Amino acid sequence: MLLATRAANPLIRWSYFTEQWDRIQEALLQHIQLTLLAVAAGFVISAGLAFLGLRYRWSIGPITLFAATLYTIPSVAFFGVLVNYLGLGLLTALIPLTAFTILILVTNIMDGFNAVPAPVREAADGMGLTPSQRLFTVEIPIAVPYMINGLRIATVTTVGLVTVAAIIGYGGLGRLILDGLRRTFWTPLTIGASLSILLALLFDLLFYALGVWLTPWAKRKQTL
Amino acid sequence: MTTSTPAIRLRGVTKRFPGSAQDAVSDLDLDVEQGSIVVLIGPSGCGKTTTLRMINRLIELTSGTIEIEGEDVTGLPTTQLRRGIGYVIQQVGLFPHRTIEANIATVPRTLGWDKARIRARVEELVDVVGIDREMLTRYPDELSGGQQQRIGVARALAADPPVLLMDEPFGAVDPIVRTRLQDELLELQSRVHKTIVLVTHDLDEAIKIADKIVLLNVGGVVEQYASPDQLLREPASAFVASFIGEDRSMRRLNLATVADLPYHQGPVVHLDASSAEARAAMEDEGSEWLGLTDGERFLGWVDGIEVVDGRHLGDLDRFLPAAQVRPDSSLRGAMEVILNSRTTVAVIDDDGRFGGTVTLERIRRALAAPSADTNGDGRGA
Repeated sequence: MLLATRAANPLIRWSYFTEQWDRIQEALLQHIQLTLLAVAAGFVISAGLAFLGLRYRWSIGPITLFAATLYTIPSVAFFGVLVNYLGLGLLTALIPLTAFTILILVTNIMDGFNAVPAPVREAADGMGLTPSQRLFTVEIPIAVPYMINGLRIATVTTVGLVTVAAIIGYGGLGRLILDGLRRTFWTPLTIGASLSILLALLFDLLFYALGVWLTPWAKRKQTL
Repeated sequence: MTTSTPAIRLRGVTKRFPGSAQDAVSDLDLDVEQGSIVVLIGPSGCGKTTTLRMINRLIELTSGTIEIEGEDVTGLPTTQLRRGIGYVIQQVGLFPHRTIEANIATVPRTLGWDKARIRARVEELVDVVGIDREMLTRYPDELSGGQQQRIGVARALAADPPVLLMDEPFGAVDPIVRTRLQDELLELQSRVHKTIVLVTHDLDEAIKIADKIVLLNVGGVVEQYASPDQLLREPASAFVASFIGEDRSMRRLNLATVADLPYHQGPVVHLDASSAEARAAMEDEGSEWLGLTDGERFLGWVDGIEVVDGRHLGDLDRFLPAAQVRPDSSLRGAMEVILNSRTTVAVIDDDGRFGGTVTLERIRRALAAPSADTNGDGRGA
């Protein structure tokens, strides 16, 4: 009997790909969309917070505490609570996903700016660069490897977290996983989980490549 | 000193940092002549770096005025002011994400030069500072410390500013490289004639490269503003004397060259001189040896006993080699030569030509005289 069940419910049934391709594709695209939106929004917010922190040093503590607090909220609870206020929608999925990226991004962006050597800043000022020339031609380029690092970690984490948003119906590949769990039908679960892992690796690789392309001067320091 | 306007002029310059009870620099007056190297030196807390950084307004002065070539530095926006002043710092501060070429081109680019002009200028500058053009496409991390410092100088000179500010420019490199960079700076300066203000904590460096030294005491008080030789010869206060240390005469030996000594023939005569002339020359010098020349080259020493009437000096046995020094060697170098030779006299040799003689006594007299470069013929103490 058990044997028969196994045979009927293998880890993966390849025909699922052809039969359910639309569903898989839709889930995958939503997963990518949620990930990119959350990381992009997180990056914009984090850049603002990092600017604040670098400008007013005293605010670094509160900013970090705020970002860390967001990060500690259990994801399932975060999604669940927001449903009460915002209903089942894209925004309800995006807010927690974005919130979880901030701690990683804000610390990495600040690290990047702090990594600009003091003599480099002094030389830039001493040569008569304006503050905005200094920012865009010196500080940001030097901070780029750190920003890329932050983006890599944030993206990989977010790809994983998106699956949790399935509980509110916006989980991308998570919906396949949830579907598989509910029906004790391994195929969608295996496909959802595998694609999620592959997606995370792919994003990581893309950001790595972006980093190498943007920072030819630091290529020896980059690591996969 | 000169009638022309000083390149840099400080009047009543004072800096007090917020929250500090004391002035970092207090009522400082200073004139820096066009085309000269002025070195600021002093113990930590003397305000030498603060003073330097007030000139390009990286630090704003609390009161007083600073003029560069007659223009008040506060009359220009800081960015514009700084683009006209070369600035070199100890840690160089090359932009790690920019190639060497782009680093050197920083200020010209900011000034909007066209590409061809920038390219030509960059190539000219790497030649001037002795860096291979192949290095232009490299990044700063791929260069040695000495090379980075040369690029730092090239970058500061890029837009050909009349004034160069250098904050411990050679402090971060090893002593051998430092000496070489100092020599290169002097060599460079002989070609570009910039007005250079340099901060150091290394007295030997100051003595070696300065036209004038400003010795500052804590609080930016000028203890003495003088040429290196004058500083060593006549310290203006007990503070100066203790700062320059016990071996100031030894340091002066490094400073003056053989050419600074008054010309001295010594017990040397022409080959065809009479024996009476030869004896007179030896007597004048209290020497038992006689040197011979052919009017151009030094030929060797002969024993005074052999100088007799009726015998041509050219027929006497000559002893060679003689201890030799070049006119541009330091007095310390000349002493070294004399101490290592069997005679007490070194022959000054300028590319094969006899230029006179140097003795320990002459060197001693030169140091004791009021000034080694103007009047070395004074009597010994």
